[in-house]
Amino acid sequence: MTTEQTDPSLTPALPEPELTAAAPEVLANSLSEYLQAWWRRIKNGESGALPVLVGLVAITIFFQAERSAFLTSANLVNLFEEAAIYVVLGAAETFILLLSEIDLSIGYGVGIGGFVIAELIAPPVNFPWWLGIIGGVVAMGSLGLLQGMLITQLGLPSFIVTLGGQLGFLGIMLELANVDPTAVGGVIQVDPTTPIYKLVNNHMSATAGWIALAVCLVLFAAITLGRARSRRAKGLHAPPTGVNLLTIGIVSVVGIVLVYICNSNRSPFSVVRGMPWVIPFVLVIILFYSWLLARTRTGRYVYAVGNNPEAARRAGIKVKWIVTFAFIMSSATAALAGLIYISIQGSMATNIDGGQLVMFAVASAVIGGTTLFGGRGRMVNALLGGVVIATVFNGLALMGVGAAVQDIVTAVVLIAAVSLDAVVRRRAATH
Amino acid sequence: MSTTESTTALLSLRGVSKRFGPVQALSDVTLDIPAGQVTALCGDNGAGKSVTIKTIAGLWSQDGGEMLWQGKPIRHNNPREAESLGIKTIYQDLALCDNLDIVQNMFLGHEDLRNRLLDEDKMEAAARQTLKDLRVTTVRSIRQPVASLSGGQRQSVAVAKAVMSNAKLVIMDEPTAALGVTQTRMVLELIKRLAASGVAVMVVSHNLNDVFEVADRIAVMYLGKLVVQGPISQFTRQSTVEYMTTGRANETADAA
Repeated sequence: MTTEQTDPSLTPALPEPELTAAAPEVLANSLSEYLQAWWRRIKNGESGALPVLVGLVAITIFFQAERSAFLTSANLVNLFEEAAIYVVLGAAETFILLLSEIDLSIGYGVGIGGFVIAELIAPPVNFPWWLGIIGGVVAMGSLGLLQGMLITQLGLPSFIVTLGGQLGFLGIMLELANVDPTAVGGVIQVDPTTPIYKLVNNHMSATAGWIALAVCLVLFAAITLGRARSRRAKGLHAPPTGVNLLTIGIVSVVGIVLVYICNSNRSPFSVVRGMPWVIPFVLVIILFYSWLLARTRTGRYVYAVGNNPEAARRAGIKVKWIVTFAFIMSSATAALAGLIYISIQGSMATNIDGGQLVMFAVASAVIGGTTLFGGRGRMVNALLGGVVIATVFNGLALMGVGAAVQDIVTAVVLIAAVSLDAVVRRRAATH
Repeated sequence: MSTTESTTALLSLRGVSKRFGPVQALSDVTLDIPAGQVTALCGDNGAGKSVTIKTIAGLWSQDGGEMLWQGKPIRHNNPREAESLGIKTIYQDLALCDNLDIVQNMFLGHEDLRNRLLDEDKMEAAARQTLKDLRVTTVRSIRQPVASLSGGQRQSVAVAKAVMSNAKLVIMDEPTAALGVTQTRMVLELIKRLAASGVAVMVVSHNLNDVFEVADRIAVMYLGKLVVQGPISQFTRQSTVEYMTTGRANETADAA
């Protein structure tokens, strides 16, 4: 045993690779320190959302160079509406991926949700639209509960249970269409006067869009700065004001661009301006789920179980309930995607391609940066990933590329995203 | 050398036995763990150290004998009951979530809430105070994810987590096994401070350097029996090794 005195404060600072694992705002005391820490993380491969954003810009430039119609407000609004369903499905899958499980059933969950909602609001049931939505969400939530129970109580792999669920849900959906005499040829029309139809096909006025944006930005700025101030008052570390102002600035620019695009006239024949209702609808879902994961115990436990189920169990967390909860959320969210689906289509039909939709669900989450290996990911990743997928599909469609090539490109993008995830994870493991 | 002491120990095992099928894992184990001291539990592989700490931690209930907690007989059927008494066990895997930060790990399972939502500021302030009391000062920020910490720092977080939950007895299984020299010293200092704050600490260790550095008392197990326990002053490295390998000491033969 050596005789030198140990003074913990003299222990050398962490080596750089370890420092890079912490988020820059945790350590930085000023904007420049923040930017330095941020840059160091990127150099070490912990780049967060940056590759997605760079990729998004790159494919946007590519499609714009190929087809000048790409960056028109008409096409972009169309793209956002396409993205809506991918984003919501990606959010659904995020709950599951955070636990390093998988849910392959939500593609046809969209189908069941869509049929339940469409049938409840159509004759002969004639429920009000909101009761129809609740009905679809509850129906799918129950199926999610069933899958979650099979997985947790019998200890079955989620891969197998939800693979069975994929086929089972398809069958349930077809049966739902069969038993409904009004579903002629497996198709139910959605009444164009209901808010469900209007979700995608109607929009807020241009003025309302600007006012809503202004209110949201003021609230965001007030909450961000207010929280930093309250933390400093309690003697806790808060992100530097420069960083907060930069964040508020970036969010403002994104919001203004979005509202500007939606408020530009997108019809060559008449005047169509304003944000489709589906955009705020999706943003509210993402915001609510982010809040759920960040601010509630249940959300915290989702991350804990996803990273280390044994540690979570020893901490007294009801691991089985957390897993079941995630499957309920994923299925219920699929019903909301079904709502968007019937609004886009104006009807619900049995020809829905649930197999492709579940691919998009996983792809949205993973492309956005949520890992397949559990414990790391955020709802906003699904937002980014969903927009990327919609951009790829929209651009390829504009170029007149066939369905075969579209499928291949989607598969390549998904595999590329998963590979990136695996490589980053290996780098992290070798540090 | 006495095998029991009459001082009121925080936890006393009296003739505890445990059997797994035909295997007698523990037989007649009598052990005292006083508050404010570090008790080192030594023994070779298979001597029964793990069974002993898992019995104390409530993973298994004893077949015979009794456990006294502050003089009163107790019998816990699961780890939850042991923890509610204030018995906290830190296994070698530390049971930390790499993706959560230090504060989140320290409060995992018993988060502070305000209006049913996580009260991050309150938890952060409390966590910071606990780390300060334990003089865990090497971490840059308590909002770092545990993945970014060194082995010694992780061990410190696990200890702080135990302290946070008002542990009266902290059992540590091989706390320095995976650590380098500097980190080991850091953890040993932490263990001493923990005991100095009035907590009873039991350390399971193979490493006699660490044991003699940190322990106030030593207890040695051999083939499922507790062969000797007493203040560190009654032991030498040589005698401890003999107890561990043969179950008795031949100091006279040694001295000759």
